[in-house]
Amino acid sequence: MAKFTRGFAGRGKAARDARLPPGQYDIGRGWPVLTAEVTPNLDTSTWTFTVDGLVQRETTWTWDEMHGLPPSTFSGDIHCVTTWSKLGVKFAGVAVDTLLNAAELLPAATHVMARSHTGYTTNLPLADVTDGKAWVVWEYEGAPLAVQHGGPARLLVPHLYFWKSAKWVSGLRVMDHDEPGFWERNGYHDRGDPWLEQRYQGD
Amino acid sequence: MPWVDAQVVAMHDETPTAKTLRLALPGPSTHRAGQHYVVRLTAPDGYQASRSYSVASAPDGGNEIELTIERLDNGEVSTFLHDGLDVGDEIEVRGPIGGWFVWDGDIPALLVGGGSGIVPLMAMLRLARATRRSELVRLILSVRSPVDLYYAQELPGPEAEVVYSRVAPPGATRPPGRLTPDDLEGAVKHDGTVYVCGSPPFADAASGLLVGLGVPTDRIRVERFGPSG
Repeated sequence: MAKFTRGFAGRGKAARDARLPPGQYDIGRGWPVLTAEVTPNLDTSTWTFTVDGLVQRETTWTWDEMHGLPPSTFSGDIHCVTTWSKLGVKFAGVAVDTLLNAAELLPAATHVMARSHTGYTTNLPLADVTDGKAWVVWEYEGAPLAVQHGGPARLLVPHLYFWKSAKWVSGLRVMDHDEPGFWERNGYHDRGDPWLEQRYQGD
Repeated sequence: MPWVDAQVVAMHDETPTAKTLRLALPGPSTHRAGQHYVVRLTAPDGYQASRSYSVASAPDGGNEIELTIERLDNGEVSTFLHDGLDVGDEIEVRGPIGGWFVWDGDIPALLVGGGSGIVPLMAMLRLARATRRSELVRLILSVRSPVDLYYAQELPGPEAEVVYSRVAPPGATRPPGRLTPDDLEGAVKHDGTVYVCGSPPFADAASGLLVGLGVPTDRIRVERFGPSG
């Protein structure tokens, strides 16, 4: 364990919620906005989402078509690599399983690359976006997802650090190999499990 | 990327709420202008808190780096770094981190900062000046008042302009006010990658002005500062 810093008492271990992964703290009511690029202005009337790559059929949904799919919600915690976590949040949208099943994965599929309307990308193992672990969401706490938080719709993969939950998501490309996305090329971990503190490349 | 012990070799105030720490690392810093380090504090009971701070000093091949820390009233780490740290103390750091918001001194760059957002841009400006490539950069920095200006003695120059949003210094020709398209119009002619750094509202406003002046979004890199909480 790291030796202690002379004079630092901090908020204390006893105060820590057990839902917090190592090195994280509960930010309470705030929700910081961290983005590398300019916030886009997206129109739901022209918005689309596509699943392509190693699938039986490349499939695209419009905003209305997406909303016609069986809905799914997530209630739980989210964790940012910059160390804040938000506990007990609720998002609503559609499960990524629903989208991938519609496109039908080919047997060689192992990874996905999520992409955003802004050009942002992030890579994920297929196992981290299937079996109820991921969503495309457009509602936060019962209201439309705000643009600075990724609205009209973002990817949500809450069991990994939140940079994997691509804002302004526009599609998933299914692949048979892993490839680093935007932050992964810029020093961050390929997988990003907060419980293993996989923050940076090499962690 | 391992945690290393950095020794505080010097501290000085930039403003009443911002302090620069000069840290000696065990070996040469490999940071690029714009990158940051993570600082981690450990309490006797094992509790740890970490935060990211941009490096204010330019890469110079040496062991020492400077971090400028704004003291946030509710800040768990910043209050300790301001109030509890002494020269000679050691803190754990890890880095350098960040491959996006970096400038390597070789292409034109327009730097647009707000308040504490000057920190990573200062590393870029210092690099330009140290390598005698000042013609590559233009900096526009918005601060509330002269007392809020970090690096006040060093920063102003032919390529670095400060505008004031609340209180302008005596004799200033520009009345105090937020950044306007007029403030940036001349600067955007300086073609190059644009680095915007400041609070989220500042970053949004500045990006909006730049896009409105015709800067393509894919040439704008944004780093948003502020409490990680």
